[in-house]
Amino acid sequence: MSQFTLNLIFIGISFAIYIGIAIWARAGSTAEFYAANRGVHPVMNGMATAADWMSAASFISMAGLIAFTGYDNSTYLMGWTGGYVLLALLLAPYLRKFGKFTVPEFIGDRFYSQTARVIGVVCLLIISITYVIGQMTGVGVTFSRYLEVSNSTGLWIGAALVFAYAVLGGMKGITYTQVAQYVVLIIAYTIPAVFISLKLTGHVLPQTGLFGTHDPSGVKFLAKLDQIVTDLGFRSYTGHHQSTLDMVLFTMALMIGTAGLPHVIIRFFTVPKVSDARTSAGWALVFIALLYTVAPAVGAMSRLNLTKTMWPGAATSQTFSAPAVSLAEIETREDLQWMRNWQITGLLNWEDKNGDGLIQYYNDKVEPNETLAQAITDQNLQGNELTTVNNDIMVLANPEIANLPGWVIAIVAAGGLAAALSTAAGLLLAISGAVSHDLVKGWWAPNISEKGELMAARVSMGISILVATILGLNPPGFAAQTVALAFGLAASSIFPVLMMGIFSRRVNRQGAIWGMIAGITSTLIYIFTYKGWFFISGTNMLDDVSANWLFGISPASFGTIGALINFGVAYLVSNATEAPPEHVVELVESIRVPRGAGVAVDH
Amino acid sequence: MSDKHSTNAYWSANLRIIWVCIAIWAFVSYGCAIIFRPLLSGIRLGGTDLGFWFAQQGSILVFIVLIFWYAWRMNRLDREFGVEE
Repeated sequence: MSQFTLNLIFIGISFAIYIGIAIWARAGSTAEFYAANRGVHPVMNGMATAADWMSAASFISMAGLIAFTGYDNSTYLMGWTGGYVLLALLLAPYLRKFGKFTVPEFIGDRFYSQTARVIGVVCLLIISITYVIGQMTGVGVTFSRYLEVSNSTGLWIGAALVFAYAVLGGMKGITYTQVAQYVVLIIAYTIPAVFISLKLTGHVLPQTGLFGTHDPSGVKFLAKLDQIVTDLGFRSYTGHHQSTLDMVLFTMALMIGTAGLPHVIIRFFTVPKVSDARTSAGWALVFIALLYTVAPAVGAMSRLNLTKTMWPGAATSQTFSAPAVSLAEIETREDLQWMRNWQITGLLNWEDKNGDGLIQYYNDKVEPNETLAQAITDQNLQGNELTTVNNDIMVLANPEIANLPGWVIAIVAAGGLAAALSTAAGLLLAISGAVSHDLVKGWWAPNISEKGELMAARVSMGISILVATILGLNPPGFAAQTVALAFGLAASSIFPVLMMGIFSRRVNRQGAIWGMIAGITSTLIYIFTYKGWFFISGTNMLDDVSANWLFGISPASFGTIGALINFGVAYLVSNATEAPPEHVVELVESIRVPRGAGVAVDH
Repeated sequence: MSDKHSTNAYWSANLRIIWVCIAIWAFVSYGCAIIFRPLLSGIRLGGTDLGFWFAQQGSILVFIVLIFWYAWRMNRLDREFGVEE
């Protein structure tokens, strides 16, 4: 059976499941559409949250980010999981007790201000729309690679699918679809990792394989990897090379950014009780950890596999004692078919600069060490000849690099799509909730009937899908960069305002509004200073290099500082103005105790 | 909400539990994995040191235990103060 037929079968089966679930779990009321009628079991909700949260970036890009940087990019692993501790401890149970449907609604009620609510909607829309463009682009790329259709056809198929199950099912349909998508994506991620770990270290669990012994050489796996990459002039894999301050701030920005993402927060509105919101965050992290503890192993092992492919001598003896892989081998060998496949996509490329018929891969950007200098003279090297290696091929090409059977490749394709589609659906739900509940019902037409609001929610979701698809077809140049912005925004605006709303009785309307504005604006200005105004290249005032950064803080890490500014301004402004009214203080006290949450209450 | 004193006691007990969890959360991630890594480098593990393990797996595992411990401890506290659902 051809690879194409296998892909078609696996992707087809997974889609049939998603659609079937959507028809079974149709939403009939706003409580079902926004919060699945608060009847989702905490374990199920944890699984759905995991799928909701793990996007195309977690599934496809993260292992590659770790593979090429090693220890320094552990920040992604800790940052994207540590946020769940903050969610469980500081936000989820209290927001569940509050018992409403959207994040801006909490901000508006707690700070008794329509202005604060609208600022909350604006932040939510910027964060969610930025994210959804990236997911739709990922859907298009994955479809075109595995179904051999054009990028835009793939995107429209994905959009039609999301439309079918998200508009019909709302939160209820999305929840159960995401559970199915989690199962597909975790199987897809784990199977190749287990095979590769068995091959390299003899461990079934990639988690322990990473710290195990490299079978062919008998040396500890990580020690072997360190030796191979440093021989080639790259930085050691396990070494610490970045500024400690920036690493701490970046990890913190990812953590509080995660805890402030609206589409993740609304998932905790769906469980029956306050205590379920606490355990549900734990289950979400368990299911996320199943992927996040495998990812560093996938990164390290695929880095070793790639290097070994380029330098066959690397696995057993000294790297340079055997010649590099030859141009002729790459063009003909069956097991190097993946290199030819990925060259077509432009994500992988090579060039024989010194004309010796071999492709030598090494770091030509640094002063060579002794072994490398010797090899450069001996083999007359004219620069690194593996000219392009995109981070993203590490996961997608992994089964091909390890020569796994065709059905594994088909599963990885279905898993990549599940990751992108589940996150897209969650984001679209957050967007449509903010539009129909906060803008239409909360502000524009307060007397709208429940049926009318449900229709408004479906229409706004349909429009959001259309806009996201059009933006996915013509992605603005800044789409990739804005992910950092989305985290910075969530960290500097939504997380602090929610936390102060729960933990302080004194922070008032003015404090919240000025805090949010100061937090977002300072973060935006800092990012734009180095990345260009609205990401238009050439308009940046300073080059984006560490020497120019304020105290060595990178633009992606600034969300942490933005959050501190938000807290500081809110505190000062609140203390200079009047205390919040009595009914707000009562609201704060009532969300602090679990008793009496009940089901959704309309107001 | 009728008993103000009991509500305040519940809330400060809750805050104490949160502080303990936050301290552990910060210690394993920012502490063991990043800032104190040089101090831990003497403890070898699988071809590297303990700090690397904390950075890539250890802190995630601690986070999970922490959330479930917190949930269990809070359920007990809710029952002690009679505010459970």
